[in-house]
Amino acid sequence: MSNDQKKFWHAGNILTAIILAGGLVLTFLRFYKGIGAVTNLDDNNPWGLWIGFDLMCGVALAAGGYVTSASCYLFGMKHYHSAVRPAITTAFLGYFFVVVALLYDLGHPWRLPYPLVYSQGTTSLLFEVGLCVSLYVSVLFIEWSPAALEWLGMRKLRNLVIKLTLPLTIMGVVLSTMHQSSLGALFLIAPGKLHPLWYSSFMPVFFFISSMVAGTSMVIFEGTLAHKGLHHMMDDTHLKEAHGVAFGFAKAASFILAGYFFIKLFDITMDNDWKYLATGYGVIFLIEMFGFVLLPSFLYAIGVREKNLKIVRIASIFGVLGIVVNRFNVSMIAFNWQLPASERYFPSLMEIGISIFVVTLIITAYRFITTRMPVLFEHPEYKDAH
Amino acid sequence: MHRRKFLSLLGGAGIASTLGTTKAKAASHAAFDGYPDAMGVLHDSSRCIGCRKCEEGCNTVNNFPKPEKKFDDLSVLDTKRRTNATAHTVVNKYNVAGLDHPIFRKQQCNHCMEPACASACFVKAFTKNPDGSVTYNGDVCVGCRYCMIACPFSVPTFEYEDPLDPLVQKCTMCHPLIKEGKLPGCVQACPKEALTFGKRSDLIEIARERIRKHPDRYVKKIYGEKEAGGTNWLYLAPVKHTELGQPVVGKKAAPELTAGALGAVPMVVGIWPVLLTGAYAISKRKEKIAAEDQKAAVAQAVSETQSAAEDKLKAAMEKAAKDKEASIARETKKAVANAEKEFEEKLAALQNPESEEVEESSKPEGDA
Ligand code: SF4
Ligand code: SF4
Ligand code: SF4
Repeated sequence: MSNDQKKFWHAGNILTAIILAGGLVLTFLRFYKGIGAVTNLDDNNPWGLWIGFDLMCGVALAAGGYVTSASCYLFGMKHYHSAVRPAITTAFLGYFFVVVALLYDLGHPWRLPYPLVYSQGTTSLLFEVGLCVSLYVSVLFIEWSPAALEWLGMRKLRNLVIKLTLPLTIMGVVLSTMHQSSLGALFLIAPGKLHPLWYSSFMPVFFFISSMVAGTSMVIFEGTLAHKGLHHMMDDTHLKEAHGVAFGFAKAASFILAGYFFIKLFDITMDNDWKYLATGYGVIFLIEMFGFVLLPSFLYAIGVREKNLKIVRIASIFGVLGIVVNRFNVSMIAFNWQLPASERYFPSLMEIGISIFVVTLIITAYRFITTRMPVLFEHPEYKDAH
Repeated sequence: MHRRKFLSLLGGAGIASTLGTTKAKAASHAAFDGYPDAMGVLHDSSRCIGCRKCEEGCNTVNNFPKPEKKFDDLSVLDTKRRTNATAHTVVNKYNVAGLDHPIFRKQQCNHCMEPACASACFVKAFTKNPDGSVTYNGDVCVGCRYCMIACPFSVPTFEYEDPLDPLVQKCTMCHPLIKEGKLPGCVQACPKEALTFGKRSDLIEIARERIRKHPDRYVKKIYGEKEAGGTNWLYLAPVKHTELGQPVVGKKAAPELTAGALGAVPMVVGIWPVLLTGAYAISKRKEKIAAEDQKAAVAQAVSETQSAAEDKLKAAMEKAAKDKEASIARETKKAVANAEKEFEEKLAALQNPESEEVEESSKPEGDA
């Protein structure tokens, strides 16, 4: 007993507990005293870290779900099969907590279902985002449920859900295409507020394409982390396929990033934005394009050619960070660029605290699930191929 | 192979979604020109003296709490302000290079003809009324603040400090007062007729007239005539409007900016499943062909082994048959030898006196 307790209270879990406790305090403050009491948001800067990171990055980084299941089930890359469940699990948790985090940011969180059931503002791109995200969370929940059902031993229901794999996968891709691109389209309405280097009528396309990079990079990145912490939970198939998954996704990401770089170049040329490159924002833009698009593209390509997993993993870190950089640039850094410095936004410590809290919740839930349910291994009683 | 195909399909869809603007626009109400009899207000900053009476009037008609510094304290003009949840309008002072006196500009909601706030709101909390005003319904507002992102003039404000019922706040053009046939609070309070209330179309005529009569007093532009698709509040100024902190806003109205992306939705919903099912079918067919090839190979292998096995069996059988024959022959020989032996024994016995049984036992031998 005391031995078990000792094992449970190792450094990682203590840190988790501290963050969770702090998060609860902040949650109380937010809902008791209002958004203004915990954030630096104001009338000029209505969206901050909770939208820029929790929503924008959260949704993009959870794209591994549709990318993996589509390549496996729709495009017949069966050797990615062992990557599907971990990716779906992360995607489901990611989206679920995006919605949770959104509750902090909304003035009337309990009215979140209003746009769906009460008063539909169909001219709004946010309506599309809301509709797709809510549907997709449900789809992800169903796609993920076999892992839980196998764990609970509910064979009949599990077999029924497995039969739905194909339509669910198609729905997942349709919904992802729509809301990943709509997140970019949200900013179409504000041409005067977003810096021209980022504002483009192609924003929906940029967001969608970069979401695929986010998805593939995240699968590789998570794989690295899981191999460190959850190696013992993986079965032979998973371990055997893991390298193939990493290299396959690395190759895909390398191509997509290169393509992304060129369409961005094309976009800058079309809008004739070259003059901005010599400004401060130009520097930020160039850092994004070279450091977080071209560099990971190269690293991925080299890693694949040399069959060097380490390089691929480093590239995936740049890929993941690149999405964060891009979403931060669009939603916070290049947004409101014409405001004087004194009116610009920087997140408060409490806002950052809530975001850390949410990420910790996701990791805790992921660890809970993967150490119990058949996610990284196949359940011995359900070897029947999926 | 698949990946590349997927990307090229995707590229097609993406470009189509961006170029789909014209079609989608026809389907949406983007060509809406505003209500013909809509009212508006013209602010003439060459007449405005920065007395803050309009601010006070607005405060009164909206029953807002009185501010710390009184409205006749003009020192507040020294710092740049913006509207907030309890001030639907503010006046700012601008010192323009080359002028010996400051210029004042009032700001509030411009009551766009095609409001970005309304177009952005996902619960339709905003309404563009026939009288020209844009009003807000706090009962449905989710508090997402996308309207604030969308408004090109950064007008809507939010009650961040209220934990229970934080609402978006902005000028209503005094919609309730207009309905009663009264003037908006700020217009009523202005001592200098810097604010003119009237039909938007008339206001444009008035503004043009003023520019024509006093070309020295105004720049040749009515701010709000074209901005963001046209607004019901209009501005005349002696200097460039950008000097008075008015943002450069394109002529496109909000629906025009987003129609392309919205128009892509039905396309994605319609085409994606077809493409994806196609992709699935292709990969399945590939699998099927591969499976068939495999089956054929297996079948051949099986038949080869089978025939090999058959040959072996045949050989074995033949051998067995031969063996059998041999053994039969051997047995026969043995039997014959035995019989002969027996016969001889019997013969010998026959030559003895007790010989009766011999005939019988030799009979089967003869038959065989
Ligand atoms: S100025 Fe802003 S808040 Fe006012 S109607 Fe136009 S978009 Fe809406
Ligand atoms: S904050 Fe309210 S009014 Fe503004 S877009 Fe969101 S729901 Fe609509
Ligand atoms: S129209 Fe009414 S609400 Fe708007 S600024 Fe004037 S007094 Fe205030």
